[in-house]
Amino acid sequence: MRKLFIIIILAAFGLMLYPLIQSFSGNDHLSELATYYAQKENIEKVNSVNLVTAIVVTYRGLDTLGEVTILFLTAAIIAFFLKGPSTLRTLRPNSEIFITAARVLVPIMVMFGVYIFMNGHLSPGGGFQGGAVIASAVILMFLAFPDAPFQHKFFGFMESISGLVFVGLAALGALIGSGFLDNTILPLGTFGKLLSAGAIPVIYSFVGLKVGAELSNILNEFKSVQSDK
Amino acid sequence: MEYVSLTIGFIVIIAGLWAIMTNRNILRMIIGFSIFDTGLHIVIVSLAYVKGGTAPILDSAVGINEAIDKIVDPVPQALVLTAIVIGLGVTALMLAYAMKLHKEKKSLDIMSFRDLKW
Repeated sequence: MRKLFIIIILAAFGLMLYPLIQSFSGNDHLSELATYYAQKENIEKVNSVNLVTAIVVTYRGLDTLGEVTILFLTAAIIAFFLKGPSTLRTLRPNSEIFITAARVLVPIMVMFGVYIFMNGHLSPGGGFQGGAVIASAVILMFLAFPDAPFQHKFFGFMESISGLVFVGLAALGALIGSGFLDNTILPLGTFGKLLSAGAIPVIYSFVGLKVGAELSNILNEFKSVQSDK
Repeated sequence: MEYVSLTIGFIVIIAGLWAIMTNRNILRMIIGFSIFDTGLHIVIVSLAYVKGGTAPILDSAVGINEAIDKIVDPVPQALVLTAIVIGLGVTALMLAYAMKLHKEKKSLDIMSFRDLKW
């Protein structure tokens, strides 16, 4: 009876979505806003190969600032909620293969994360993706070496410094550039090279460090309240 | 072809709703919320598709002069990037609450939390 009721609700919801599919006819050209972003003179103003990065970090950089703030808020609330005495855990020792593989993989994963956020303006990628890759390296460390101490203070320090540098660079754009989060405070460089697009790679690198440190802190909170009971 | 990803997105949304409504385990409900989230992201990105367009990354295939005619809309993709990060934050918060609830009642069944039911 209950299942039937749920199926009826889902069918009604699907029926509600059907006109959306039917009336969608595909776009033949870019919208007005996207056309502005894709114009040659506007691309050259930002000088970023990846247009999504250009939008995320400069045109809509304020959104990114809010996004980073929300991540910080999440980390703060989780640290507040999951506070408690750390419980003793009896864990089965990890297998030799897993520990050795983790030793080999963790540095490579961290390096790959750094690569992703440094090339955010040249290829698909960016600060958030790179930060997530770094955090996955931290998960692997937690699983492979459960007893290793987590440098909580270091990650908190890195997170605060990265956030401050991000806001500082954004404010510098308002002081010496044309507006908040203006990327022309640094030389624009050659289109398509690593050192191009002004402040975008610098800002995205600090966003990546901040996201990586924040996610690692959240994971550490989750890990530290686990118990065997 | 532009309908395929849109339809898949709506199917994923409904699958997420199904998971939220039929499961009693809180962790499975959280997974349902994540699936719902993913479906929404697929729908938003597929709405940005321009016929015959390619990724908004300029290289040898898409020159700087012909970008307007060849790329798909980059704005919804940037918004989905924001939405993914916010979804991650919400999921982490839900997991923290689930852990707190499990500490209270030693159970993850939603039916054992009846304190506010009337």
